[in-house]
Amino acid sequence: MGMTVVEKILARAAGLPSVKVGDVVEPKVDLAMSHENAALVINQFQEVFEGTGQAPKVWDPSRIAIIFDHRVPAESPKTATNQKKIREFVAANGITKFHDIRGDRGGICHQILPEYGYVRPGFVVVGTDSHTTSHGALGAFSFGIGATEMASAWSLGIAVNIEVPATIKVVVKGTFPPFVGPKDLILHLIGRLTAQGANYQVLEFHGETIRKMSTSGRIAICNMSVEAGATSGIVPGDEETVRYLREEAGVTEAIPCVTADADAAYVQTVEIDVSALAPQIACPHMVDNVKPIEQVQGAKVQQIVIGSCTNGRLDDLADAAAILRGKKVAEGTRMLVFPASTRIFAQALDKGYVLDLMKAGAVVMNSGCGPCLGVHEGALGDGETALSTTNRNFKGRMGNPKSEVYLCSPSVAAASALTGVITDPRTQN
Amino acid sequence: MAKVILSLGNDISTDDIYPGRFMATVLPTETPQFAFFDRTDFNARLKAREFPAGAIIVGGENFGCGSSREQACSTLKGYEVAVVARSLARIFLQNSINLGLKVVICPGIEAAEGDELEITADKVLNRTSGKLYDQVQLPAARKGIMDAGGLIPYTRGRLMAKA
Repeated sequence: MGMTVVEKILARAAGLPSVKVGDVVEPKVDLAMSHENAALVINQFQEVFEGTGQAPKVWDPSRIAIIFDHRVPAESPKTATNQKKIREFVAANGITKFHDIRGDRGGICHQILPEYGYVRPGFVVVGTDSHTTSHGALGAFSFGIGATEMASAWSLGIAVNIEVPATIKVVVKGTFPPFVGPKDLILHLIGRLTAQGANYQVLEFHGETIRKMSTSGRIAICNMSVEAGATSGIVPGDEETVRYLREEAGVTEAIPCVTADADAAYVQTVEIDVSALAPQIACPHMVDNVKPIEQVQGAKVQQIVIGSCTNGRLDDLADAAAILRGKKVAEGTRMLVFPASTRIFAQALDKGYVLDLMKAGAVVMNSGCGPCLGVHEGALGDGETALSTTNRNFKGRMGNPKSEVYLCSPSVAAASALTGVITDPRTQN
Repeated sequence: MAKVILSLGNDISTDDIYPGRFMATVLPTETPQFAFFDRTDFNARLKAREFPAGAIIVGGENFGCGSSREQACSTLKGYEVAVVARSLARIFLQNSINLGLKVVICPGIEAAEGDELEITADKVLNRTSGKLYDQVQLPAARKGIMDAGGLIPYTRGRLMAKA
C-alpha cells in the first residue's frame, strides 16, 4: 500500500520505512514555532527540568522560531513583561529565528516562516498556534500544539506519541471567476465539511486549480483547514513551492519535494469545481456557517478588516487596492488594514497600494495579528458588526461578545467598505 | 457521582472557554478567574467556588475547537471540574491530557444542568434520566502521558532516561 504525503513525512521523520494510519510514531521536529505564548512555554520548559539535576537546555536552538505578532507593540504591561522575558530567553539560549517588534523583519508568524525560508517541503513543523496548519502550503506536515507539548518538543526534539492521521483528498478543478479566489474555496469547503468534518485528519489538496495557485493562496487554504478540524492541510510540494522558496525566500539549497504515492489510501475524496463558485461568507458565530454572498448581501457593517495570517498578503492588498483606488470608504464604516509582514508592507508601499487604501479612507496599521483575536486593536462596540478577511468569527472573537463577525475574501471586504453593507464585488461598478 | 453544572451545545470554542483578550495571562494560578468569562453568571458561580471538585461540564460535539491556547484547559483544571463531551477537538484533547484535566468522550451523552452523572471506566450513567452511555476511550497513544500524571512529568522521565 502506498503512502500519503503526511505518511511519507512521518515515516522519514520517525526513521521508519513506512507508516500507516493509527501507528504511533515519534517524529523528529524540524521546526518548532511559538509567538508571545512562548512565555508559557518557557515556564513549562523550566518545570520539565526541575529535579532532574540538569540545566534547562533546548535540544536545538537553530530549530526554534519565535515571532512576536499577537500583541505588537505591547498593549499592556503584562504583555510587555512577557515579551521581555522571551527576549531574555532567546538571548540566553542562542535562538536565531527570532523576530522582534521591528519595521524591517517583523510580521505574523505564519507569514514570517515561509518568507524567511524556515519551512521546507517534507518538514515536520509544530507551532503553539492552531493556524500552524498554514505551512502545509509548502509541503510540510505542520500542526498546532499546546504550550506544554512545545516544552516537551524543546526538551526532547521530537513530537511524542503522535498517531498517524488519516487523510482526506481534496481535488479542486476549474478556474476561479473574477473576484473569487482561494478564500472562497476554503470557506466553501469548510461549509461542506463542517467545523468538525476533518477532525483528527489531514486535508491533502490536489487538482489543476491548486497547481496553478500561488503560495499565498495555498497558505490561505491550509491556514483555514483547521477550521474544519483538520490536524493539518497540505499541498504537496511542486514547481510553485520551489519557485517561492527560491525567489521570495532566497533559499539556495536543494529543495526535495514529497509527493503522495499513486496508490495512497484516503478516507474520503472531496471534489470541487470552482468555475461557478460565488464569493462565500462565513456568518456569525461559526466558521462553518457559510453562505454564498447572495444570501447575506446588504447586511450593514461598521468595521472592515483586511489582514491576518489568512489574508494579509501582497495579492490580498492588491485586490483591495484595485477596488478602492480613487474611491471612498462609506461614512459610518471604518476600514482597518494589517499587512501580514513588514516586508509585505514595504512591497505594498512600493506598489502604491498603501496610498490607494489610505486615500480611500482605510487605516493602515502595523503588521501583526491586529484585531483578529480581540486582544489588541480594533475592538467592536456593543451591537456592531465586522466584515473581516480573518479566519474566525466565534462569539466575542473580536473582543466583544455583544458583536458579530462575518468572514470573507479581500475583494468582498473592499467592495463592502465602499457601501457599508456586505456587497458582491462582481456586481459593483 | 457528580452534578452537571453546565450543559452546552456543539462547537464550543476555546474563545468561549477562555476569551482571547485574557491570553497574556498564562499562569495556571491566574487563568481560572477568566473561565467562560463572557457567560457572566457561570463565571461568577465558578469564582464563588460554588461547585465541588469533580463537578461536570457537558459538551456536544467538537468541544474545545479553535485556538491552541492551553489556558482553555488550565482555566478549567483550576476548578478541578470534568468535561464530558460527545467529541473533543484535537488540540483541546491533547492539552487536557497533557495538563491532567479530566475529560470523557461520550458520543451519546444527553444531560441537563442539575443532572447527576456517574462515570465509570467505560460508561457514563445519567442517574437523573436513567440512561446509560458508552465512552470512547482516550487515545491509547497517550496512555503513557496519562499514567505519568501529565506531559511535564512524562517528559522529565524521558529526559532522565536519556541522561
